[in-house]
Amino acid sequence: MSESVVETRPVRAHNWRVVDIVVAGVLGVAAGLVFVLWNIASGPLGEPLKAVLPGLQGLIGGGWLFAGVLTALVVRKPGAALYGEVVAATVSALVGNQWGVLTLESGLVQGLGAEMVCGLLAYRRWNLAVAMAAGAAAGLAMAVNDLILWYPGSATAFAAIYTGSGILSGAVLAGAGSWLLMRGLARTGALSRFAAGRAA
Amino acid sequence: MTGGAAVTAAGWSWRHAGRTGWAVRGLDLTVAPGERVLLLGASGSGKSTLLAGLAGVLGDGEDGDEAGRLLVDGGPPAQRRDRIGLVLQNPDNQVVLARVGDEVAFGLENHNVDPAEIWPRVRAALTAVGLNLPLRHETSRLSGGQKQRLALAAVLAMGPGLLLLDEPTANLDPAGVLEVRDAVAAAVARTGATLVVVEHRTEVWAPVVDRVVVLGAGGQVVADGPPGDVLRTERRALTEAGVWVPGVPAPRPARTRRPGEVLLTGTALAAGHPGGPTTAPRDVRLRRAEVTAVTGPNGTGKSALALTLGGLLPPRAGRLEAAPGFAPVPRRCEPVRWRSRELLTRIGSVFQNPEHQFLTARVRDELAVGPRALGRSRAETAAICDALLERLRLTGLAEANPYTLSGGEQRRLSVATVLATRPGLIVLDEPTFGQDRTTWEQLVTLLAEIADEGTAVLAVTHDPDFAEVLADRRIELAPTELRAAG
Amino acid sequence: MSVTVTKPRLNPVSKLAAALVIAAGLVFSVDAVSAATALALELVLLAVLRIPLRPLLARGAIVVVAAALTALTILLYGQPSGTVYWRFLLITVSDGSIDLAAATFLRVLAIALPSVALFIDTDPTELADGLAQVVRLPARFVLGALAGLRLVGLLRQDWDQLGHARRARGVADRDRLRRTAGQTFALLVSAVRRGSALATAMEARGFGAYPTRTWARPSRFGAADWALLAAALAIAATAVTAAVLTGQWNFLGRH
Repeated sequence: MSESVVETRPVRAHNWRVVDIVVAGVLGVAAGLVFVLWNIASGPLGEPLKAVLPGLQGLIGGGWLFAGVLTALVVRKPGAALYGEVVAATVSALVGNQWGVLTLESGLVQGLGAEMVCGLLAYRRWNLAVAMAAGAAAGLAMAVNDLILWYPGSATAFAAIYTGSGILSGAVLAGAGSWLLMRGLARTGALSRFAAGRAA
Repeated sequence: MTGGAAVTAAGWSWRHAGRTGWAVRGLDLTVAPGERVLLLGASGSGKSTLLAGLAGVLGDGEDGDEAGRLLVDGGPPAQRRDRIGLVLQNPDNQVVLARVGDEVAFGLENHNVDPAEIWPRVRAALTAVGLNLPLRHETSRLSGGQKQRLALAAVLAMGPGLLLLDEPTANLDPAGVLEVRDAVAAAVARTGATLVVVEHRTEVWAPVVDRVVVLGAGGQVVADGPPGDVLRTERRALTEAGVWVPGVPAPRPARTRRPGEVLLTGTALAAGHPGGPTTAPRDVRLRRAEVTAVTGPNGTGKSALALTLGGLLPPRAGRLEAAPGFAPVPRRCEPVRWRSRELLTRIGSVFQNPEHQFLTARVRDELAVGPRALGRSRAETAAICDALLERLRLTGLAEANPYTLSGGEQRRLSVATVLATRPGLIVLDEPTFGQDRTTWEQLVTLLAEIADEGTAVLAVTHDPDFAEVLADRRIELAPTELRAAG
Repeated sequence: MSVTVTKPRLNPVSKLAAALVIAAGLVFSVDAVSAATALALELVLLAVLRIPLRPLLARGAIVVVAAALTALTILLYGQPSGTVYWRFLLITVSDGSIDLAAATFLRVLAIALPSVALFIDTDPTELADGLAQVVRLPARFVLGALAGLRLVGLLRQDWDQLGHARRARGVADRDRLRRTAGQTFALLVSAVRRGSALATAMEARGFGAYPTRTWARPSRFGAADWALLAAALAIAATAVTAAVLTGQWNFLGRH
């Protein structure tokens, strides 16, 4: 057989392919559905936490932060965290919840938090530490946003506890949780078109 | 606007990213404008890769390595998207938008077609495939055959010169298969477009094509010529590769045992998903060592009946009762009231999509789920797993993730997991759905063996060959019998 | 082809913008006056727009409950000021926190109500068209999300099948939490697979192939839409003015 030249096509690693956009959209929508469930669960889960220590309900915040981190870990393109979180927030708002249109604003802010961490690393590092850092950043953004908009005038202790638990929840639930989800997906072979599926 | 496109492959090779083997290596192929080609070959011969390459959807350097040239009308496919149309196998995963009209308009919008032209072309395309539905009709309410015709319309609206079909009828019932085949034949006749079809059902497409190309392992052309010639000379090789060659009869396994005692009795039983239509009441008796086939066109409630007989859905009317020896406790004789673990050793269910049943990350663990749920010891479980791996030829895949198996292997695995707990009745929903001939034969032989071991088998199927070869008894569901929810 | 319109249809983007404008007006102050004014005017607006009552009440109820819970939190843990009525551990119920709680309740209601009401019968495709054509968000991303939404119906069927499978495989008797987690993961796998296949089909139909695209369903921003926006602006302005005039304007809860 004749020797054929293998062309290496240019790899424009930060360009979004169609499969990147659609799977990011799917992940965002799926996460949005989880958000809807989490909205419902936040009542019964949050009340006991509030009773134990005011501000501790920030611990369940991670349930609304994983959309951006997960999308970024799977798709690994600039803007993925922001996109995933905003799409999920949109789905949550469309279905209807108590924060109304400001859900979109929350999604935007939270997504930006995660996005900034990914961007600081030039979108090249995607390990567990990065995931947790992105989650923590999203948690911080969420806490600041919520304290200004929804709990204005709350005592300093409350604010401190809320922020701390938000960051922790972001790092663990959203960060480590998303990382585990991504690895699980990769092992099933569902991510074969993504770098995430091949690095396994 | 139309007229066929020419296809040229010169030493074309493609390797998916992350793999060591080449999916296609050094393929040389020329297709003249207006030719109609049926592409055959065993799984792994690179047929889907070739089609994806022709459609320009394989991707760039991030997705794989390429060598040689693959040209459509003299240029790379990615720059000829408006001349190329691709229809895939699964009807559900091709629908982009919620309404029929919008769906067909999607491709036109992508290609910057003038808005004034869009809706007339949409209507023309829908008429061309015989889908005379209002533009606002919801895509979620279409049948499989309708969805495939919709995908075809969406592609035809762009006026392609090259039509690529990747197993377009594999997931359809016989009526849907003919609908789609006829729509394609009409479209190609009218526009003169070049056609490349990948399918393993040759008798469906033989009347439409004028050339058959067979690919071997690694994507070399093994045979190429008019349908009659190639199908005759390559008959043995093709049959071994899993292709349904006309004139090679389906194997009929010999059955040695006569039907035994009755396990489940349904009296005036009607089935249906909650809130949806139900089937007409009927009497059902499922006996040991007997194979019952539930047949009928799509949408008649076959799946709901399978779920009901499997103890997973409550009957909508009538009663379903197990024989006293079959039920765990004589008082609780309705399968839907049994606990999950009691169901495990009595009725096993195999679903249409094997992936829905996977619970673990290793084939071996998958087989162990049932025995472990029953509390068997490690040693016993290991013995059961080894025996099943052996019987279903999955030993080499014991450590693999179930999701990474091929379609046929997944099907065998899902049957194996059900066998691990030796149930008295096995219910299968469309076991031969989308399978090639090799897997079909394996399943038929396996099910005949299982029946001869004394298990009752119930199979919901729209495959007439399967029913003919295996069924001892039939339950026929007719479309007219579906009743609206009371 | 075009649906005959009996009353001017509102572009989903104008509804979104209206809800945002009102929210922006209310978000910077926690006081009962601005919130109550806004709420009253919103109810008038919803009546004028003839929002269907039953779904409004259903969704409205959820919002009322959520507003009450949020208010409760502020009642117990808000900045103390004035007479203190009850002190227990970190809980401090005072004049200040009571005022803030009442104001918070009204505020959450006033912000959430328009969102909920205006989106009761929004078609996702229309919204996507509006976001891409009117707001000029990048079309590829808007449509990618819309395509993702399309899969939800299929995923619901998948979910049912996954549940049946677990029962048939003998693991559905106990350990519900772990089983649900496993089922959710399997659903995610299904979603990604379906999405990848859909992406191939979309790419083959030219999605993302050209820098521009045309629109089969033009999204128009008409007189009715501008009127809605003006109304929203008026509501927000009136609410803020009322609060400032009565001296109640309370920037983020600090007196």
